[in-house]
Parts: sequence; C-alpha cells; structure tokens
Amino acid sequence: MRLATKSTVPGEFVQVVHHDRCIKCKRCVMGCGFNALEFTDRVMPGENPCVACHFCTDHCPQQCIQIHERPYAQAGHDVWSPAMQKRIVRQAESGGVLLSAMGNDRPWTVLWDNLLLDACQVTNPSIDPLREPMELRTYLGRKPERIEVETGPDGKPKLKTKIAPQLRISTPIIFAGMSLGSISLSAQKSLAMAAKKIGTLWNTGEGGLHEDLQDYADCAIVQCASGRFGVHEGYLRNSAAVEIKIGQGAKPGIGGHLPGRKVSSDIAGTRMIPIGSDALSPAPHHDIYSIEDLRQLIYALKEATEYEKPVGVKIAAVHNVGAIASGIVRAGADYVYLDGFRGGTGAAPTVIRDNVGIPVEIALAAVDERLRKDGIRHEASIICAGSIRSSADVAKAIALGADAVAIGTAALITLGCHVCQQCHTGNCSWGITSQRPELTRRLDPSVRAEMAANLLEGWTEELKEILGALGVNAVESLRGSRDRLRGVNLTKESLDVLGVKHAGE
Amino acid sequence: MEIDARGVYYKQLNEQIREAVGRGETRIVLRNVNGQRYIGGGLRGDDVTVEVNGVPGNDLAAFMDGPTVHVMNNAQDGCANTMNAGRLFVHGDAGDVVGYGMRGGSVHVKGHVGYRVGIHMKAYKTQSPVIVAGGTAGDFFGEYLAGGTLVLLGMERDGKPLVGDYCGTGIHGGQIYLRGAYDPYHVSTEHIAVAEADAGEMKAIEKDLEAFAEAFGFTLGEILSEPFTVLRPKSHRPFGDLYVNRP
Repeated sequence: MRLATKSTVPGEFVQVVHHDRCIKCKRCVMGCGFNALEFTDRVMPGENPCVACHFCTDHCPQQCIQIHERPYAQAGHDVWSPAMQKRIVRQAESGGVLLSAMGNDRPWTVLWDNLLLDACQVTNPSIDPLREPMELRTYLGRKPERIEVETGPDGKPKLKTKIAPQLRISTPIIFAGMSLGSISLSAQKSLAMAAKKIGTLWNTGEGGLHEDLQDYADCAIVQCASGRFGVHEGYLRNSAAVEIKIGQGAKPGIGGHLPGRKVSSDIAGTRMIPIGSDALSPAPHHDIYSIEDLRQLIYALKEATEYEKPVGVKIAAVHNVGAIASGIVRAGADYVYLDGFRGGTGAAPTVIRDNVGIPVEIALAAVDERLRKDGIRHEASIICAGSIRSSADVAKAIALGADAVAIGTAALITLGCHVCQQCHTGNCSWGITSQRPELTRRLDPSVRAEMAANLLEGWTEELKEILGALGVNAVESLRGSRDRLRGVNLTKESLDVLGVKHAGE
Repeated sequence: MEIDARGVYYKQLNEQIREAVGRGETRIVLRNVNGQRYIGGGLRGDDVTVEVNGVPGNDLAAFMDGPTVHVMNNAQDGCANTMNAGRLFVHGDAGDVVGYGMRGGSVHVKGHVGYRVGIHMKAYKTQSPVIVAGGTAGDFFGEYLAGGTLVLLGMERDGKPLVGDYCGTGIHGGQIYLRGAYDPYHVSTEHIAVAEADAGEMKAIEKDLEAFAEAFGFTLGEILSEPFTVLRPKSHRPFGDLYVNRP
C-alpha cells in the first residue's frame, strides 16, 4: 500500500544563495522546472528538492547561487551507504519500482580508459592532417563480397554488381535514437539541423517523425519499435534508413513507458494516442520471437521501401551478443547497432539500468570477431553506442571494429544537459526532456544546432589528428585495426575478448 | 488484370503488383498464390483492389496504405501488420498477430484468428482501426490496446473458447467487443471495465458488422442475435502507479 504522505527521503542537493549579491530578478525561481526555488522576500529553496540541473546557476546574472550536496552525515558504512538506505526507504513508502534516467551511473570500469592508441615514431612517418587530406567519409550498409565490372554500351567499364543502398556520412559519428516524447521537439530539431549541416544522421527514436521535421527526414534514421509509434508507409519511405529497435543498452529486455504526463498534443498526434495517455512500448516486438521472425520484419520493411533504404537492427549488448549479431546479419540487416550497458534512456527501472547488459567495448569486439569468423563481416556495418564521450572513444571504437559510433548523452550535453538524470519527470529546466511549453521554448534550435554541430566538427578534427599520428589517412585504415590499441590495467580475459595486447607487448 | 503467381518468388510477385498499380491498374487478381509473403506490403492507392486466390504468406498488407485486399482462402500470420489505411477481407481463418500496431483501416476475418491479435492498435482523431473476426481468438487478444476497435463474434466456435488468456492485458485505449458468452476467467477486471454494450456502442460498430455480414454471407439479424459485451480500459495510465522516482 502506497503511503499518502510525502516522502521523508531528503533531497540530495541544496541551493545556497548569496543574498548580498542577489538583485532579486527571480530568473532562477522562474527558470526552475522542478519548483525547487521560491521567492518570499528573497530567493529560498522551494517546495521540491533541487536535482542539480544547474539551470539557475548558469543563468544567474550575479552568479550568486550555488548548488551544494546536502550535508547528511551518517555513521560511515560502505555496504549500507546513504544512497542504498534512501532507495529502500523510498520503496518502503511506495512499493514501487525505482525509476531513473540517463545511463548507468555506477562506477563500473570504463574500458575505453584502459585502452591506449598507437602512434608513429621513426620507423613509419606520421601524417600532418593540416597539410594532407584525411578521409573520414563513411558508408554504412551491406557491402558486396566482390565487385564485378563489365563493359558498358559506351565501351567504358561499368559496375555490374548491384550495390545495396548505403548511408553516406561525412564523419563516422551519428546521433543516437531519442524519441519525440523522451526529448522535446526543440531538442530533436536541434539535432536534426546539426546532422543536416554536418552531413551525418539523426535518429527519430521510436516516437515517429513530427511534421515540423519533415525537411530533415532525408538525414533521419527512422525507428520501427515494438510500440510501432508513428510508423507508416510515408515515414519509412522518406527516411535515410529504417531501424528495427529490439533493445536499448540502458534497459535490455525492457519495453518503454512514456508517462502520460509527457504526452502533449504534439506527441499524441505523432504517436497516435490520446493526450495524457501512457505511451507503452511492449518489451518484445510481438511479431518477432525468433531470428526468422526478425528476418520477416526486415524484409517487410524492405518491401515497403522497395529495397531503397538500408534496414538496421538496434540491440542492447548482452551476454551472447556475438551469436545474436550473427543471426541479425544473416537475417538481412544492413547494419547492427550495439548499445552498451552505459547507454542512456529517458526512463528505465533503476535495477535494470544499473545491472543488466555488458560493456559495449566487450560487445563490439565480440561481434566484430564473430562476424569475421563467420565470413559475414562485410554484410553489415556496426554502429557502436553507449557512453561515447570523446573523439578518443570514437577512435578506439573504430579500432575495435565499429564502422561508426552514435552519441546520445554527449549530444544532449551540447543542448544544455547537466546529467541530472531526471528526464522521466518531464521537468527538465533546460527544455530538453520536458514537454511543458514554458520549458521547451527556452531551447533555441538555431543556437543549439550550432553547438551540436560544433561538437561533431571538433571531434572530427581530433579524429584527423589521431589518424595522422597513426600514420594513416583514412578512417577505413583504422577500422578493426586492433593492433593499434594496447591495454593497461586489464585482466587477461578482458584483453583476450578485446583482441588487444597489453601495453609493452 | 490477372497475375499468375505459380512458382513466382515473393519479391518478383510484389514487384509485379506495384508495377501494375503504378500503371494505373485498379483491380488485380492473383491466381495460384502459395505462401508468398508481403502481398500488398506498403501498397498505396485507395481505389486499388487486390483479390488473392490461394493462401498468401505472412505479413500480408503490412504497412498497407489504402487498397482493399480480398483473400479468398485462409491467411497466415502477421496480416495487416502496422497497416495505415485500406480494407482487408479474409474469407477463411487468419493466423497469429493480425493487425499488430495497426493505425487505420479495417480487417474482416470470416473465421478464427490466432494468438496476439490486435496488439497495440492505436487511434487518433479520425483514424481508428477496426478488426472484426467471425470465429474465436487465441491468447493475448487486444493486449496493450491503445486505440481502435476489436470485435470478436464467435459465430462458429468449433468447441473452442471465444477468447484465450490475457485478453486485453495492458489495454489503455480503444474497446473490445465480445459477442455472446465468454469465460470471465479470460478477462481480468483489474484494469478492464466490463459492461454490456448499450445502443450507442452497438451503433458505433453497425457499419463494421454490416460489412462483415455482406462480405461473408451472414445477416445482421444473425449477428445481433446474441448480446455484446464491451471491454474498455479503466485508466489511460495502467502502469502510472508502478514506478517511483529514484531518490
């Protein structure tokens, strides 16, 4: 039985206002999406706890507001930490499932940080990317086993082999799937504009394509997920590619519940459900209970798009990911999108987010290796996602076998996100994961699109530097080149699965 | 026009159908269909009619957007998968997963339907999908229903229960009509409001029942000879209380 009284669990943060500097402009009070500040005769912590989204601190003209961790000293206990105790109390009060957003926040080892890149010294020359062109253009999709050429009617050689549809991207970085619903239309538009500017792709997630974003359909990967929200013939046909979403790194095996409070009229129309109704995505696709069934949907989508669009499959990285990916490629997928257990979400049960799945570094290496062993690596591209934080992570992912990476959280940070992990509440002060018009209208897509595009440009330049140091002039030359990686502080088992030697070897 | 599907692989068959529609053909008769998949998949054209003779394969009329398809025999799994508009008539039984995620248009099946029928159909404003099945249905009928109308008539039951287990589990929109007696064990009242259909509710499906009667040789009187029960969601947010914010 749910206790009606307000939770006794104290908030984690508290705002400290320096009243001697405050000009009482109330920008902080009005800006807070969480009602965590109020104005009596001066600015005070409000009714609800502060979540440290920092909208107030970053918009205070006097810089006179700070967010502190709320002091809550307890007898030290490494097992029964304050965080563990708070969760238990919260559940004792409610009997509910604890819900979180963003990705896994536990201090699991990030394997990228134990992998180091090679560079040229003496025996082979490095390349200066400022002097010489570096090729980062990437094609995603099924590649032929061999190329056949014939003589055309004009006597010139002509390609005889029919090439499957390819996605051409200017840099091996795309935006991850984030639905309209999980994020706002302004946020989606920012990413769509940035993708178009850079010549890469954004991804609708499973919430359909809003009519205001039709101009960005040609650089959109459109998802077909278990809820089939917004999936219709025109949506499939106008896209860059279609993606069957099976799973998500933050919540493998779990469906999605977009809470009714986030289902505004825009979202209701795009998803075709009543305003305020929950948008429920079942855990499985009910027409996919096997690899054969997956093949059936892949080809249903290829038929509906007359074989003009690549059809990819997104899965969460789980234990037998190599065998699963092999089945997906044999089922006809043009790319496999691997989302690791640190990948983000708009909402997931905390227990799933923090404990289910495997690191994407391991999954990527296992999948690349398995597809090579099976002789089908060329039949599909691999997209790697789930906490790609920097161009170094991108380079390491490509060296481990990825064709491209997808970024979600990093992209949201360019839109103002401070990783407060409250996406599911719909109160995002930055207007990114809220659907409240007074919050979403403060996110200006023209400004934020520039910032998202700047990140991609910066990372792309850094990738060129890395390639130059490695002495190669194309990202193709780094792909799957595990010999250009070395591991430190990793177990032998990890190194074996990664296919990487220890530093010094 | 007629297309002989004997020995033709589905890819070529569907190409021929699309080509014919592109040429402006409005009535296409398929002969000797034998398990070819995706017939009518993603097909457009409100004035197009496709008649399927023989048994089509899975995902018939998947993503279809306008045409009318008549299957003169049984149909297999995945009919009207995510269909957007148009009409499908199956003059026999249909397999599992009919109308998954369907967004509009109608499906009429003369006989029985299999498991997981009408899962997560949805509706918005004028677009509201309808499935009418003349026989019985398997488990998970109308699971996660978000909108639209499912009608299960049980005209012929062949000794089977009208509907299987977990009927309407997770329903949060739309309505399910059951004709005649059913085993209450199959319908959980935790999340479902159950009531006998009133005159307004019967009026709402009158056209769909007429279409069923006309297509398959029944009379409206026969169909209306038994009372109808309507199942509706008790809440648009069936799982709203399941979660709490992590501290």
